Amino acid sequence: MTKFTQIQMDAQLEQILSRVLRTGVLLAAIVVSLGGVLYLLRYGMNTLNYSIFQSEPENLRTLSSITADTFSLQQRSLIQFGLLILLITPILRVAFSAYAFAKQRDRIYLIITSTVLAILLFSLFNPVA
Amino acid sequence: MNILEFTLLVFITSLLAGFLGSLIGLGGGTILVPTLTLLFHVDLRYAIGASLVSVIATSSTAASAYIKEGFTNTRTGMFLEVATTLGAIGGAALADRLSPSILAVIFGVLLLFSAYLSSHPSSKCQFNARPRLLATHLRLDNCYPTANGWQPYRVQNVLAGFGLMGIVGVCSSLLGISGSLKVLTMDQVMKLPFKVSTTTSNFMSGVTAAAGVGTYLSRGYVDPGLSMPVMLGVLAGSLLGVRVLVQIRSQQLRQVSSGVVVLLAVQMLYNGMLGRI
Repeated sequence: MTKFTQIQMDAQLEQILSRVLRTGVLLAAIVVSLGGVLYLLRYGMNTLNYSIFQSEPENLRTLSSITADTFSLQQRSLIQFGLLILLITPILRVAFSAYAFAKQRDRIYLIITSTVLAILLFSLFNPVA
Repeated sequence: MNILEFTLLVFITSLLAGFLGSLIGLGGGTILVPTLTLLFHVDLRYAIGASLVSVIATSSTAASAYIKEGFTNTRTGMFLEVATTLGAIGGAALADRLSPSILAVIFGVLLLFSAYLSSHPSSKCQFNARPRLLATHLRLDNCYPTANGWQPYRVQNVLAGFGLMGIVGVCSSLLGISGSLKVLTMDQVMKLPFKVSTTTSNFMSGVTAAAGVGTYLSRGYVDPGLSMPVMLGVLAGSLLGVRVLVQIRSQQLRQVSSGVVVLLAVQMLYNGMLGRI
């Protein structure tokens, strides 16, 4: 393709990526803030010691329980859900890139971004425990 | 202090970390981990978990702006992400096996090493370098905006950069830092202009951190009470930082970057060796 078309496509792709990232972070921030406010309202006056490490309770660790608890508006689960949204944002960004490269018939970069996407999904659903 | 006070203090600290981090391409983790562990006495694992989350936030926010301004080399970033994400998964697997004190020492050593290298730049960015086979094949060469208009540049040592990025990915999951190492690799090994290195590093950092966070989350290292002020503070800080970047000269950025990194590295090294972490 011509150099000019390449630049045009680059520009379009970059606009989309930009928007995906911003939306994801904004959404995550809103959910986390909401959870945060509820959390502080409920627990603000307690004390907590972060120098002692105890693993987080089960219900804050897995995808399914976080989602379930979120809809009952459990403060900490809500925050955790927001963090999940944040986590998904870069993954979405990569997915969009892959799609864009597929549309542009850019085989090399389609392979590259698909590889990254596969690695990311692997880490999300199959955490090396 | 109670949770409210703690949350506010962590928020303000994260704000500063996010601001500084988005200016000098450190992604906040480099500043946050030492600060949380040394100042607030948070356990290293919680600190790294929160810092990985904040890296995603900083990266995504700053990246969205830098992409639009034209600094980021998205193709180079995406290509190198293959290496960093693979490394990140490897690092997350390792994270359990090493004690916090050892991690703190590694943290300090790595940062000092990177600070040393940044202060001795090997050669200036070559605008007229001959094109490299792999770089041309992958269309990595690009141009970036300067005061004098669009300046083209070429990417060098692609394979070496790729290999090093794998190691950087491991460090990202293991220690919660990656920004400064990425910037270093792209700046010194791949000969990208400094501002392209920092913005592209920002671009890659979120994806790299995301690859490691999955494991941290399922191991229970991500605490919502801590991550909440960290994430929000860093976000606010990096939003401010992004507005200021174009107005600062690269030379000043390099110097501040080195200074901050050395300070934190020494702190971590010292405390790690004394077993205080």
